Amino acid sequence: MKGRRIDIIVNGKPMSVLSGATVAAALLNEAVYRFRESVVGESRGPVCGMGICYECRVTINDVPQQRACLSVVEHGMRIETGAPVAK
Amino acid sequence: MTAPASGSDAIVVGAGIVGAACAAALSRDGWRVTVLDRTFAASGTTSVGMGHIVVMDDSPEQLALTAYSARLWRDLRPRLGKRSEYDACGTLWIAENAEQLAALDAKRATYASGGVRAEVIDAAALREAEPGLRLDLLGALLVPDDAVIYPPGATLDLLDLARERGAIVRDGADVRDIVDHGVVVGTERLGADVVINAAGAAAPALTPGLPIVPRKGHLAITDRYPQLCRHQIVELGYLTSAHAMTSESVAFNVQPRSTGQVLIGSSRELVGWDASLNRALLQQMLKRAADLMPALRDTSITRVWTGFRPATPDKLPLIGAWEQTAGLWVAGGHEGLGITLSLATAELLADQIAGRESVVDPAPFSPMRVLSQGRVEAHR
Repeated sequence: MKGRRIDIIVNGKPMSVLSGATVAAALLNEAVYRFRESVVGESRGPVCGMGICYECRVTINDVPQQRACLSVVEHGMRIETGAPVAK
Repeated sequence: MTAPASGSDAIVVGAGIVGAACAAALSRDGWRVTVLDRTFAASGTTSVGMGHIVVMDDSPEQLALTAYSARLWRDLRPRLGKRSEYDACGTLWIAENAEQLAALDAKRATYASGGVRAEVIDAAALREAEPGLRLDLLGALLVPDDAVIYPPGATLDLLDLARERGAIVRDGADVRDIVDHGVVVGTERLGADVVINAAGAAAPALTPGLPIVPRKGHLAITDRYPQLCRHQIVELGYLTSAHAMTSESVAFNVQPRSTGQVLIGSSRELVGWDASLNRALLQQMLKRAADLMPALRDTSITRVWTGFRPATPDKLPLIGAWEQTAGLWVAGGHEGLGITLSLATAELLADQIAGRESVVDPAPFSPMRVLSQGRVEAHR
């Protein structure tokens, strides 16, 4: 299964990424570095890569505050980065 | 009326929100104010509470004082900085059963008698106002003028106001003793015409005989979920939990913060100064929150902590002269209402010190009731 390309949607934009990758890895490969915004609007992205630092949180399939480094991409997955949005 | 002679000194012990409000009011009245805090401003109960400005009707005295203080907060709002995070989100008192639904109208009438706007809303309107709540709730009382603030920010704003009026704020000044017309800090004795004990839950350590005990509470805060919670929401049974001096209780109370986080309370227990988490009680508190607000089930909580409310047995604060010590005045014992009541407390105290009449009768809050009653009996 790994190495196959699947389609995901990042901030409304379609992207083709490698299956088996974490969301964090997939986004970094696509040059997305701004995963979320701090309270004062600074950019935040993955630091530890293992679920400890919580810096890589994104919205996945409308569920906010998911750690990108612990989530594996799936075909059709919708991901939003930046400030948390109202549901 | 006794206006302070030029250069009259007032010392405020404690730079929590109550001490800060007293410093702002007394410096406005012309007192040369020094605020002393054993650590730093807003480092005690002020920094660990929820930050509501809420009108409560547990007793007529409480209603009068909270309504007055809420008005003072609205008047102060233009002077508050961004860090105070003043948000006029209003409070929803939610009804779970027919009995509570029937009680909403009486509560509305009580608020109206205190000059406080309130409106009963039905189940559909409640669902629209707060979609994250359980769908079978029957209605709520909306108190639109209630607000939420960030208490440490508001404390710093009040202290800045006091400084503009000449006040001095000293951090790390550990007051060991309060004596006639003065305090002892380390080996130094500082004299003053007026001393205010605003040391919060620690007030009785400096003024033995004050009937204030630490009443522990837990709080939890979620990650950021903007719009998940839009009002301060309280269950109608909250006052039952707050009123009874039982060993342990929880009551649903959530609050939106300006970051989009949701602050979740509340618990009450009497365990002295043990600050450790009571996991069973914390679980009970969070279960209650998830039960009434199912949207919280999908959120992640980033932090939980405990704090101590300065509680009195008759559920009223202690505001006024403590005649056992010359020149000593008390501003404390607010339990969970210290943020709301800080401004009214400061005005009542400043009025009494100046010999002015107050907007609200200060007599029921006199700390001397402790002595006249031998001990303070529970209200009702």
